Amino acid sequence: MFDTLLRKRDFYAGMLMTLLGIGVTFNATTYTLGTLMHMGPGMFPFLLGIVLTGLGLTIFGTALATPLGEDEHILPRQREWKAWGFILAGPISFIVLGEFFGMVPATFACVFVSSLGDRDSTWKGSFLLAAGVTFFGVLLFAYVLQVPFPMFRWGH
Amino acid sequence: MFATALTDLWYGFGVALEPHNLMWCFIGVLAGNMVGVLPGMGALATISILLPLTFGIKPVGAILMLAGVFYGSQYGGAICSILLNLPCHPPHAVTCLDGFPLTKQGRGGAALGITVISSFVGDSWGITEMIFLSPILVRVALQFGPAEICSLMLLGLLAGSTLARGSPVKGVAMTVLGLLIGIVGSDIETGTPRFTFGIPNLFDGVEIVALALGLFGIAEFMKSVNQLSEVDTKYTNVKFKDLKPTRDEFRRAVPAMFRGTIIGSLCSLIPGTGPTIASFVSYAMEKKISKTPEKFGTGMIEGVACPEASTHSSCQGDFIPTMTLGIPGDAVMALILGALMIQGVVPGPQLITEHADIFWGLVASFWIGNIILVILNVPMIGLWVKLLTIPYKYLYPSALFFVCIGVYSANNDMFQVGEVVVIGIIGYVLLLLDFHPAPILLGFVLGPRFEENFRRAMLISRGDALVFIKHPISAVFVALCVILIGAQIYVRLRKPKAIGDGIPLVEMAE
Repeated sequence: MFDTLLRKRDFYAGMLMTLLGIGVTFNATTYTLGTLMHMGPGMFPFLLGIVLTGLGLTIFGTALATPLGEDEHILPRQREWKAWGFILAGPISFIVLGEFFGMVPATFACVFVSSLGDRDSTWKGSFLLAAGVTFFGVLLFAYVLQVPFPMFRWGH
Repeated sequence: MFATALTDLWYGFGVALEPHNLMWCFIGVLAGNMVGVLPGMGALATISILLPLTFGIKPVGAILMLAGVFYGSQYGGAICSILLNLPCHPPHAVTCLDGFPLTKQGRGGAALGITVISSFVGDSWGITEMIFLSPILVRVALQFGPAEICSLMLLGLLAGSTLARGSPVKGVAMTVLGLLIGIVGSDIETGTPRFTFGIPNLFDGVEIVALALGLFGIAEFMKSVNQLSEVDTKYTNVKFKDLKPTRDEFRRAVPAMFRGTIIGSLCSLIPGTGPTIASFVSYAMEKKISKTPEKFGTGMIEGVACPEASTHSSCQGDFIPTMTLGIPGDAVMALILGALMIQGVVPGPQLITEHADIFWGLVASFWIGNIILVILNVPMIGLWVKLLTIPYKYLYPSALFFVCIGVYSANNDMFQVGEVVVIGIIGYVLLLLDFHPAPILLGFVLGPRFEENFRRAMLISRGDALVFIKHPISAVFVALCVILIGAQIYVRLRKPKAIGDGIPLVEMAE
């Protein structure tokens, strides 16, 4: 009973929402609640937190009531840790390189790093793609749209 | 009233035909169509990615461009679903059922041609509705006090989250989450920073572009990477002359188009019943009244014309509450409303008088944009078809760059690019847990106004929560909310076969 429950998606979904709801409710009490007539900043989140807790418990309840779906897993069948990592590393390298070296290196790194996440990617293909996107992207955003972001800079 | 509507429309055409506005509309349709046709790019992702391009434009041009992006991407999605059997946007799931068999029989071009005509018919009807219904709605809505606005918003939020997709409870949970994300930042009345975790960059709240791109960009890429099967481009060799349907196909498609249009516009009157439900209902009905229902699914042109027309007429109908009441029916509309707010335009019933150029310009540009769409698609179909073959491994890294630079350009703030990464991770976790993140955006956009009106209503009523049922109009909205929840519970409890043919199809399509 308990270990089938642990494999249910709704078990985690409900738990997440319940915990979030409780957290919000308690956090809201740190702001002024006020009265119903003169509501303080804490009242609305306080009410929402209670509603969310209730919804979370309901989802939890459905997890108990429904049988385990066939092939129900929390993670997808193929776990693409490498791809997920590279997809997230792309924007992160954009932030770091953009902050210290400017738009061109940031763009190149973002496209290059994230494209490595695909199973069929090659170093050469990623390089060419990154170079192409950098060229057209900089043309569009720096020249046409004039986004205030220096193309190159050194340090912050 | 009839005459004023026409004068206003005339004025709208004047606005929409100004050269720069026309240009933005054209660029919007072109870009929307181009991005929307790419496999794995739905309407939401397309609009979120292209939204930052509108920041530098004046409000009228920006909204015309975004509307263009919206129907361009819709049509692009139709190309993708008919020729590749890949529904990137849920309403197109039904179009695949008969569209792809037609493609296999070599009639894909004709199906696309019929789609162009159907969407034009559906849109035209929706626009006409918008012209005549909006002024009436606005006149009613201007009488609303905070209590009415508040319960109307509650109805919109509930309808948008329970009728959309998946489990209604989870939908409502996502809406509440969206409302909570909308709270982050300084409180409007007292200035108290709420849920900012002491980070000064969050004092102005979460940026809508970061939220949309995290949920519909990064989270979607994480879901789709290495999961999309090799695209089968065997049938995509469609040329300009193939678009022309035969006389028989045309004769069968036209009545289906009109039936679809009517169903779509009826669906758009029920809050929250968006284009997806409209398309499924119209397909089911078309099958029921057909003399040869068994042939559906093997390439019936009616099965393409009817759902496409109903999707478009219902989408157009969704613009009515969005523009006149400031209450969006789904995430796409919420995004368009959010874009208006970025431009400094306050949504609500006063929009139509205060920003007549935006409203009537938008209405007129729908027609102009649809004509541009037809003109673009007929000769350029070959190019769109080529775009279908771009592999995902080139697509998502480029899209990620657009995400990063787009979020950055919203406020020139690197912190918000970090926001998008965090929201992307959260969005993916939610997707894994079977939550549909679209209602988050709905809650996020409506949240601040909902809270403001709630607080005001309670202040006026001196803390009496019964105010929402003491005012008759507000009581009607509350009653509708109760009916909506009651109906959901009823349907869930006696689940099988209760809702007709439409819903199982919806679940199948997911």
